[in-house]
Amino acid sequence: MIWLASLAILLPFLAAFGGMLGGPALGRLLGRLLGGRSARRDGPALIACAPVAVSLVLAAVVAFVVWQDPGERTGTLTVIDTGSVPIRVGLQVDGLSAVVALMVCCVALAVQVYSVAYMDGDRRYSSYAAFISLFTAAMLLVVFAGDLLVLYAGWEVMGICSYFLIGHHWEERANSRAAVKAFLVTRLGDVGFLIGIIVLGLGARTFEIHGVLTRVWTMPDATLTAAALLLLAGVAGKSAQFPLHTWLPDAMAGPTPISALIHAATMVAAGMYVVARLYGAFAAAPGALAVLGVIAVISMVGAALAALAQDDLKRVLAYSTISQLAVMGAALAVGAKSAAIFHLLTHGAFKALLFLAAGCVIATTGSALLAHHGGLRRGMPVTFWSMTVGFAALAGVPPFSGWFSKDSVIEAAQHAALHGGETTKAGWFAYAPLNSGPVAGEVTMTHSFGLYQDQPHWRTLPSGVAWLVYLGLLLTVALTAAYAMRAWLMAFFGEPRGTYEIREPSRIMSWTVAALAVPAAILGFFGLGAGELRPHIGPALLGIALLIVGGGAVFLLWNRDPASDPSGALGPARRVLARGFYVDELYAMAVVRPVRALARGVVRFDRRGVDAAVVGAGRGARRLGGLLRIPQNGNPQTYLTGLLAGVVVITALVVIFR
Amino acid sequence: MMAIPLFGALAMLVPADRFLRTGFAVRAFGTGVSAATLLVAVSAMTAFDFGDTSRTQLQADWAWAPAIGLRFHLGADGISLPLVVLTALLTFLCFLYTLRHPPAGGRIRLLTALLLVLEIGLIGTFTALDLVLFFVFFETVLIPMYVVIMLWGGDGRRAAAAKFILYTLLGSGLLLAGMLLVAVNAGTLDMVQLAARHGSGVSRGVQITAFALMAIGFAVKAPMWPLHTWLPDAHTEAPTVGSVLLAGVLLKMGTYGLVRVALPLAPDGAQVWAPWLGLLAVIGIIYGALACLAQRDLKRMIAYSSVGHMGFVLLGIATLTPVGINAALFGNIAHGLITGLLFFLAGAVKDRWGTTDMDAIGGGMLGTSPRLASVLTFASVASLGLPGLAGFWGEMLAMVGAYRPHADLPRAAFVTFMAVAGIGALLTAGYFLRMLAKITHGTRPAAAAAPGAVVSAQEYAAWVPLIALTLLVGLWPKTLLDVTAAPVRALFGGG
Repeated sequence: MIWLASLAILLPFLAAFGGMLGGPALGRLLGRLLGGRSARRDGPALIACAPVAVSLVLAAVVAFVVWQDPGERTGTLTVIDTGSVPIRVGLQVDGLSAVVALMVCCVALAVQVYSVAYMDGDRRYSSYAAFISLFTAAMLLVVFAGDLLVLYAGWEVMGICSYFLIGHHWEERANSRAAVKAFLVTRLGDVGFLIGIIVLGLGARTFEIHGVLTRVWTMPDATLTAAALLLLAGVAGKSAQFPLHTWLPDAMAGPTPISALIHAATMVAAGMYVVARLYGAFAAAPGALAVLGVIAVISMVGAALAALAQDDLKRVLAYSTISQLAVMGAALAVGAKSAAIFHLLTHGAFKALLFLAAGCVIATTGSALLAHHGGLRRGMPVTFWSMTVGFAALAGVPPFSGWFSKDSVIEAAQHAALHGGETTKAGWFAYAPLNSGPVAGEVTMTHSFGLYQDQPHWRTLPSGVAWLVYLGLLLTVALTAAYAMRAWLMAFFGEPRGTYEIREPSRIMSWTVAALAVPAAILGFFGLGAGELRPHIGPALLGIALLIVGGGAVFLLWNRDPASDPSGALGPARRVLARGFYVDELYAMAVVRPVRALARGVVRFDRRGVDAAVVGAGRGARRLGGLLRIPQNGNPQTYLTGLLAGVVVITALVVIFR
Repeated sequence: MMAIPLFGALAMLVPADRFLRTGFAVRAFGTGVSAATLLVAVSAMTAFDFGDTSRTQLQADWAWAPAIGLRFHLGADGISLPLVVLTALLTFLCFLYTLRHPPAGGRIRLLTALLLVLEIGLIGTFTALDLVLFFVFFETVLIPMYVVIMLWGGDGRRAAAAKFILYTLLGSGLLLAGMLLVAVNAGTLDMVQLAARHGSGVSRGVQITAFALMAIGFAVKAPMWPLHTWLPDAHTEAPTVGSVLLAGVLLKMGTYGLVRVALPLAPDGAQVWAPWLGLLAVIGIIYGALACLAQRDLKRMIAYSSVGHMGFVLLGIATLTPVGINAALFGNIAHGLITGLLFFLAGAVKDRWGTTDMDAIGGGMLGTSPRLASVLTFASVASLGLPGLAGFWGEMLAMVGAYRPHADLPRAAFVTFMAVAGIGALLTAGYFLRMLAKITHGTRPAAAAAPGAVVSAQEYAAWVPLIALTLLVGLWPKTLLDVTAAPVRALFGGG
């Protein structure tokens, strides 16, 4: 079991290693052996795709075994003695990790296959594919990690992979800047994350996740809240939540498949996954959950508004990712862990679909600007229908997957709001399950019931926050429908607004997209298996009504003048929204410039202050030496005079004091 | 182990027309001698009993000056062995590099002799178990380094070399005073005996004074803020091999000395001064990082990054916990590997572009010399503390130590230090990425001359072992932590 999981991690890692060291050479060799069409590319492509495919199979086996026989399995490879709390290099497999790993492998495989066609002709394809493999391995390490520090290792490696992949086309200074920004902003959160791990680990006297969660109750409240808040900083960084969200829209500078990978399967999903993984610690610190709720509301509403006014198709999707991740955060804040993970999975499916389909659109039209698209539905039917499924799932149109998961989140929030912030009980018990049919849900529920039943004090969310989350969610539903509708209409309807031939791009690309449309459409039905994920009539009707309001309004605006942009109706607010509320400008003013000025100041101070003191001391010593040199001028007369004077003085002293 | 470089250095005194006529033959000879030393170091490692790392092994103990109780006492334990191997490795790599890329300035015979003497001094420092012997080796290192900077350095070498020697001699004076203060009070010069006593027999006041004197002496070497200003000048002016050895091993003498000499000899003094040491360490971390952020010169930036990294090492020591000391020893080795690599790369950049000014280099290095740029990226990423590479573990463990320092130390202050150190780690990432973006990304400026030279086999030979070890230690930190953990625990009087 553990071996399967570790193999699933190791394979992409080795692929990355091999691809990076000997990518082109190995590729040539393999290409010659296989007699492929283009010897330069088939080899690296094989190195990239095959290990992920095998990992996918392994992850599926792991998930199947967990479904048959739920429970936690841990394995420790070695224990590292640090002189304090030891680090256990080990993995942990349970329902939660198995199902997320399956999703990660699926999306990674889709991205790798898609990239073979998308990056055709790129001379750095080999290193690009290697970094995707490394990215996948790191994410799987996060998912399966059994120890907080092992998890952190995967977490950071993902950060650096995102840096390399976003900056893949480093010839452009803008891409390079976006890459640096992505790494630094997430790293800012990671500093908090690492300190949070240290606080949690030393508090529980173990870094093992299982051990930490069972000892959460022995820790003082203040420590726990501090640890949870520090962890949240890292989560906000990775999952691009307010106030550390600014890197994500800029990260669109990377190639489109990378955006799909970052947004759907890895990186941003890792943040919410970690909250779910360490849910015991968060649940015992209601203060942290309340903060998570507030952050989530700000992120989801703000990002949905910003998405309304973006000119760039990829940036619309980027802001929608921030907004959708915030929906998961909101679910976690109100205690609906299963709903959050459910939404994580469906979001992974439909967001990967949307990005890869957007890649098809960009490859065909040569532009990412919505203003250059239009009328694409006729020439590219596969992309059109796939993307329609994707947008429908994003907006939450029944019966597509997004509707089920969003509905379960809304239901949980409603419950929390109406019952004075009391979190839904159902959420706690589903410690693992989800992917699998009814049986797994029931079994795992009872299993984990035992784990949490006797824990004495579940604390509750402040009811104000619960209401805020609920209303924010409802508003987001309407806004999501609006921006999804706008992007859909502007890209595929009306008249073409550019000079390009509308046709499907390479077959590998469009069929990958079509394959992803299947889970995006039907994944939701799996949720019917678990009680707390079934749609409820009240929230469902409310959601559909809001959906019609949001989507309908945009449709009416657009219908009046199909050639223009519906977001023009926002008036002067449009500018503010398009710039993402000027958060970037604010940071540049409040953080970046002062740090730069400080750095220059330090250099000046180093030269004029510290070093000058040293040099000055040296000069002083020399001057002192100069004074002492005066008597030693090499003149025998002076020496003799001094000698005589000395003798006289000594004689005098002897005479006087005898 | 030391006899080989000594023999080699003496052989260099033979007049040139009699022995090894050409410069290349001399370089090859140096390589051979250092390779033999490395072999001995590696075989010492195999002879070493890893089951009992806290015991001093492979001892050599002869009477030296019996009248004053001096003994020629050498030996290695888990704390010193990794540093000995690191020294032998880096010296060997430096010679290997010099084979193809001799520094401008000629007189290769003298350089070879000096580097070998340097190696004797370094290995001696790390193995000495007698206070006076330790000090003698400690000083032996200074003169060759001074001459190396003086003769093969850049434009401002005279001032840099003078500053280096005066600064470190001043520190050494204080160090000697501190060591003798303890030794006279305790009545022995043997470090093993002194360490076993854990400071008993020496009054508290003496310990406090002695620790302060020794700490300043070592802090100059480390270097600790605000005693660091000799470092950027010396690094910037020194030739590549000089920088590599200076950053890779010389700086470690300071922190090694703190752990090996200052802590066990004056534990009470250490407790009094530890918060101040920690404070200066975190100031060093932030200060070094900020200074890097505004540097225009590649070598100077790497030099200041050393101030920041050694800040983490010093912070680890200041916590006075086993985990902190482990962090410091780990950080030492990791910094030696990574910064050694970075200086090799800076040397390679200087060979090709003729300058280390980042603005003059322009951008697009990934396009013009992709391999050099890739290795530079790797080294930078390792240096900014990515988990899975060597740099991370030292920093992380230092922060763990600072979160729960020794029971008698003020906890609140150290928790603040930890948070500040975390910010420092962020700034570290900032300046390395800025450097990478500046010189490896973008397009090559049209005005710049195309640097044609591909990476030579000797350069690869110098880089690859460092890269491999960075990966090994990073992915499998157990290799190093297992060696150091036991002696560190012994240091604190535990089993």
